[in-house]
Amino acid sequence: MDFGLTESQQMLKASVQSFAKNKVDKKFVREMERHPEGYTDDLWRSLADLGWLRLPFPETYSGDGQDFVTLCALLEEMGRTLVPGPYLTSVVLCGQAIAEFGSEDQKRRFLPAIGNGKEVVVLAHIEPNVQEGPDGIQLTVMPQDSGYVLNGVKLFVPYANSAKTLLVSARQPVGAAGASGVCYFLVSLKTRGVAITRLHTISKEPQYEIDFTDVVVPASAALGQLGKGQEIERRIAQWGAVAACALMSGAAQSMLDLTVDYVKARVAFGRPIGSFQAIQHHCANMTVDVESCKAVTYNAAWYVSERLPADMHVATAKGWVSDALRRVYSLAHQCHGAMGLATEYDLQLYSRRCKAWEMLFGDHNYQQHRVGQLLGF
Amino acid sequence: MDFRFTQQDEAFRQEVRDFTQKEAPPDWDQQEGLLDFDGPDGVGVAQTFRRKLAARKWLTIGWPTEYGGTAKSVWEPLILEEEVTYFGLPVGGQPVNQWAPIIMAHGSEEQKKYFLPGIAEARWVWAEGYSEPDGGSDLGNVKTKAIRDGDEYIVNGSKIWNGAHAGADYFMLLARSLPDAIKHRGLTYFIVDMKTPGITVTEVPMMWGRSRALVTFDNARIPLTSRVGEEGQGFYVAMSSLNVQRASIYRYSMVKRIQDLLVAYGKETYHGSQRVIDKPGIRHQLAELIIANEAYRLMMYKVYWLQSQDLETSRESSVCKVLGPDVNQRTFRLGMQMMGPYCTLEPGSKWAPLYGRLEMGYLDSYARTIGSGTSEINRNVLAQRALRLPRG
Repeated sequence: MDFGLTESQQMLKASVQSFAKNKVDKKFVREMERHPEGYTDDLWRSLADLGWLRLPFPETYSGDGQDFVTLCALLEEMGRTLVPGPYLTSVVLCGQAIAEFGSEDQKRRFLPAIGNGKEVVVLAHIEPNVQEGPDGIQLTVMPQDSGYVLNGVKLFVPYANSAKTLLVSARQPVGAAGASGVCYFLVSLKTRGVAITRLHTISKEPQYEIDFTDVVVPASAALGQLGKGQEIERRIAQWGAVAACALMSGAAQSMLDLTVDYVKARVAFGRPIGSFQAIQHHCANMTVDVESCKAVTYNAAWYVSERLPADMHVATAKGWVSDALRRVYSLAHQCHGAMGLATEYDLQLYSRRCKAWEMLFGDHNYQQHRVGQLLGF
Repeated sequence: MDFRFTQQDEAFRQEVRDFTQKEAPPDWDQQEGLLDFDGPDGVGVAQTFRRKLAARKWLTIGWPTEYGGTAKSVWEPLILEEEVTYFGLPVGGQPVNQWAPIIMAHGSEEQKKYFLPGIAEARWVWAEGYSEPDGGSDLGNVKTKAIRDGDEYIVNGSKIWNGAHAGADYFMLLARSLPDAIKHRGLTYFIVDMKTPGITVTEVPMMWGRSRALVTFDNARIPLTSRVGEEGQGFYVAMSSLNVQRASIYRYSMVKRIQDLLVAYGKETYHGSQRVIDKPGIRHQLAELIIANEAYRLMMYKVYWLQSQDLETSRESSVCKVLGPDVNQRTFRLGMQMMGPYCTLEPGSKWAPLYGRLEMGYLDSYARTIGSGTSEINRNVLAQRALRLPRG
């Protein structure tokens, strides 16, 4: 039982903080909210140069071979500093999925390219039914000639306008060879029949609706075994849920820090409002949540990293963090008064993003249901 | 990072589990959760079990090796407590985890030679003399006096909410011996022999059907040798032990036990044609509390780990002190809700679910956010010390 990060993990965190201080100040974050791509090539090049884009990939494919706990340590700092860009979808989800389930060709084609910033692959998974788990996958795949044809709708696809390739989850309809199995495909965004429509969301991150109308893909586009994609879905959901926890844990710490600074400085009735007990208790309650979020996140990250049975740990982490963050940003806003609602103030940069991260791969309600299922009730 | 215990630690865990089930009193499931180990009804059972732990050298397993601690890994004391208290049985408690460290840190050689071996054998019953009728949270305002007179101190005053009525042999007393010193600077720490003339113990009935004690000192004369540390240092002596107490995993274990029982109860019990666990809201509230208790467990483990590394723990300890009692209270509240009207039955009725344990535990749970530091004080400490917010 060891709660300590290694020296290199601590150095990684420190390097994210210092990078953010210099290149990703809040002025930049605000500019990116208005930027059509949500991030710049320059930023992405910097992340590539720092080695962060290749962090989790095997060294054979020009990666750094770092484990999932290390990845979460990085993500915690990205949440803390709001580094923009498709890191979560491209590196953490699609990149790791290719590394784990891809063919030799796919790994050679995509991993070095994602790692050096030349290629961005984004996950097209959520559908209008917004159901968690494999049951939510309804986009259909049928065999056609020597390949397949895809039909359906995907929502909340991040950074689709910056990507060249989509990782799409699909389902063989009942009766097709191999029964009603889950499939994943790497699909070029230029393929005929792929139409993207921008969604404007609370987090200001570029999100897209993607309509697939008779989209033909070659057999080689399949990731892993056709109809056996349930394992891919499970792993992506694990990485995604815990990564969201890491981002939220970092953001929670920042919201607490902003609040403490604010209440020490803000004077009302002749004294700093941080000297009033109600405010102190709000800050104390936030601290309880911030600290416990980190603990459950790293616990889940470790079990996922070690490829041990992790379902209960992941549900516990996402269930706790998604709920705790609602308390944290509510209290943070309460302590900030009206000032915290103004966009010139940094707090709302965090609280808006956290609402989106809460929803990724199952909100607290879904996770509580999962815990019940896992315990037989 | 590593979130698993070693194979040796897991083997130890199993050893403790087997021991506990074997050495528990007969028909334990009918008494579990219904005894007050600090009261007359439960102290006998507690001391008997502690002596069995002592015979295995497990009672003081977490003590420094120079005082007889036998832990083969830093986690054994935590694992022992976690497993034993899950079944509602006691480990060392205050004498082992709080009074002994005070004596080790501040006691005279004579006090160490006399008390430590006795504590290691669970020879005596102890009670805590901090809170007074006029003040508990405001410990610096203690009014009980212990005034020096030759080679004795004369004690006058009252202490309340302790377990002296269980037949305490020794009383850890915080009293004012320097009347001119301000607040906590005038306090001195003593170990009082309860056979001293002038001490009266009265029971104060509490709403959960048991009592706490009021201890009154009327010109009780205690020897110089009962003083621990210097005059005026009493507050610091008392505070030095409170960090040890904070990483008490039994608070997690006991809640886990109740939650496990409630899951089973909810699945097996029907109110009419509906399973209790399927009632609206119950499933999710129970899952949420199970999640919360696991978050609490990880925070407690983190405190233990930080202590083992000699790192600062005050922030994480304070987090635990706020989080734990909240999970405890909400778990009992939910349990009561799950049982419907049956929840109101006191132990003894054939209709009382789980032998009435929830009803008693629920009433007792009010004390969890009050005793050993109110939640308000703990939040103040977290805000003022960890976050450095200014005092009002």
